[in-house]
Amino acid sequence: MSLLEVTNLGISFGGLRAVDEFNLTIEQGELYGLIGPNGAGKTTVFNMLTGIYQPTDGKIFLDGKDITGKKTAEINKAGIARTFQNIRLFGDQSVLDNVKIGLHNSFDYGTATGIFRLPKYFNVEKAMDEKALEILSVFGLDKEADVLASNLPYGKQRELEIARALATNPKLLLLDEPAAGMNPNETKDLMNTIALIRKEFGVTILLIEHDMKLVSGICEKLTVLNFGRVLSQGQTTDVLNDPEVIKAYLGE
Amino acid sequence: MKKLNKSTQKLITTLAVIVVLYIVMSIMDGTGNLSSLMSGLLVPVCAYSLVAVGLNLCVGYLGELSLGHAGFMCVGAFTSAFFSKLFQDSIPDVPRFILALVIGTLMAALFGFLIAIPVLRLSGDYLAIVTLAFGEIIKNVINVLYVGVDSNGLHFSIKDQMSLGMEPTGKMLVNGAQGITGTPRQSTFTIAVLLLIIALIVTHNFVNSRTGRAVKAIRDNQIAAETVGLPVTKYKLVAFTISAAIAGVGGVLYAHNINSLTATTNNFGYNMSIMILVYVVLGGIGNFSGSVIAAVVLTMLPEMLRGLSTYRMLIYSIVLIVLMLFNWAPAILKWREEHGITTAAIVGKFKKTKEVR
Repeated sequence: MSLLEVTNLGISFGGLRAVDEFNLTIEQGELYGLIGPNGAGKTTVFNMLTGIYQPTDGKIFLDGKDITGKKTAEINKAGIARTFQNIRLFGDQSVLDNVKIGLHNSFDYGTATGIFRLPKYFNVEKAMDEKALEILSVFGLDKEADVLASNLPYGKQRELEIARALATNPKLLLLDEPAAGMNPNETKDLMNTIALIRKEFGVTILLIEHDMKLVSGICEKLTVLNFGRVLSQGQTTDVLNDPEVIKAYLGE
Repeated sequence: MKKLNKSTQKLITTLAVIVVLYIVMSIMDGTGNLSSLMSGLLVPVCAYSLVAVGLNLCVGYLGELSLGHAGFMCVGAFTSAFFSKLFQDSIPDVPRFILALVIGTLMAALFGFLIAIPVLRLSGDYLAIVTLAFGEIIKNVINVLYVGVDSNGLHFSIKDQMSLGMEPTGKMLVNGAQGITGTPRQSTFTIAVLLLIIALIVTHNFVNSRTGRAVKAIRDNQIAAETVGLPVTKYKLVAFTISAAIAGVGGVLYAHNINSLTATTNNFGYNMSIMILVYVVLGGIGNFSGSVIAAVVLTMLPEMLRGLSTYRMLIYSIVLIVLMLFNWAPAILKWREEHGITTAAIVGKFKKTKEVR
């Protein structure tokens, strides 16, 4: 059984058909790339997969379970986590707290326990701190645990966002342009980080990217979107040599 | 974790200052060194501080501007006063006050919860306007409420006293616009300070707990909060309800400090809501200790300026403007930072860190 199976997904905003007849199958453990020119509907697909938009047509199956039309929070609990193209951190909270918010559903104590500081509060908080630091140390962010998230440099903010997403213990991680705004060296580091989290967390990854070097370097399979429709789909090398794809990206 | 220690330290400092002030004020009051005006203000100051702390939870941590907190204060005040009046002769003083406190708080929490269900679907200006309206509705409903008790039990009416149809021996509990008179005056300064301290500890613990973090995450970025699996509506409701409950505690204190409790614009209407908001903004949004300081200073100020008669409200507003600039103007903040003005501790870490950014 595939981890993610999307059939005939489509969404309309009024008269605009943003995404149409989108099909996608991702197997457990794959690193899958979603590419396409600006405005092709890549982020719209992500928003539908995470329940931020409700698709007008089609079905989404995660691990065989239908998650179409579920709420964002429930989809996260089902096992999809994501990052955003424009970073969305909890800026007024520390790096550690950002990850601890990601751990929110993995640990439990009630509001009253927190207010009255019962022994359970201290035990669970300690366990959360340890787990959060463990995740942060994968990214080398553990030294900055007490820094406010908004005070981190740009590249580290991107990494923190990935760390926070991983803290929710997802089966599928969606990365929306993780290399946006990064220079070649940072992109290289990012490629290593992605390879590392795949190994450490055993997570399946679907990423949107414009950087062809990154895409051809790490993605095993690709789907190319153009004007909301799938242009080409398959193994990375085949897709990148597809004349249709070259036409869409480079013009005739 | 360092941050946690810092906020705990700040809480302990605040509590220590409150205790010292309490001791000083009690001694002055006991030895007759406090004017009757000032000693009469001791409990209301604590009540306003409580409401301000409650509102600060809503504005600073939930990130939603509520202009209806006077309404929740009103609910707490009237429910508890009604209870105290009803059982004035049947339950001894101390347990009755404790019960009145619990019931007033719970009722305010219930109203907060019920109002939050529709209101929290809105945000920003719309939420502010709707909460303002709810606050006014609560006040106006209480103004036409007539409740009396006789040997047949309770009688309710929203028309007038006559339509209650009570026996001549019956006792009026809530008398429309005249409100509740003769509530036992049980709010002592000691109880007020104790409740304030408890409220400060509760809010501090809440915002530093798992739920509190979730509430702050929702404030910072709701979409991101949803994508990490937080039940947004639930936590918004929890925060708003706690906020209303604390305002209710303020109302209970207020009600048991005066003989005649009426719901007017000045004590439970939008004037009060705005005044509480002024305390919150001046004390620093998200800074509970600041709310208390602002409430104390700004409640005492008009009374201390009473000698200046007509000019006192003019001076009051100038002080507000100056304080606002002192706390928020970037140039002055920079100047204060350069000169290491130690009131930074009062202004609070929250704004400081924002300023650095």
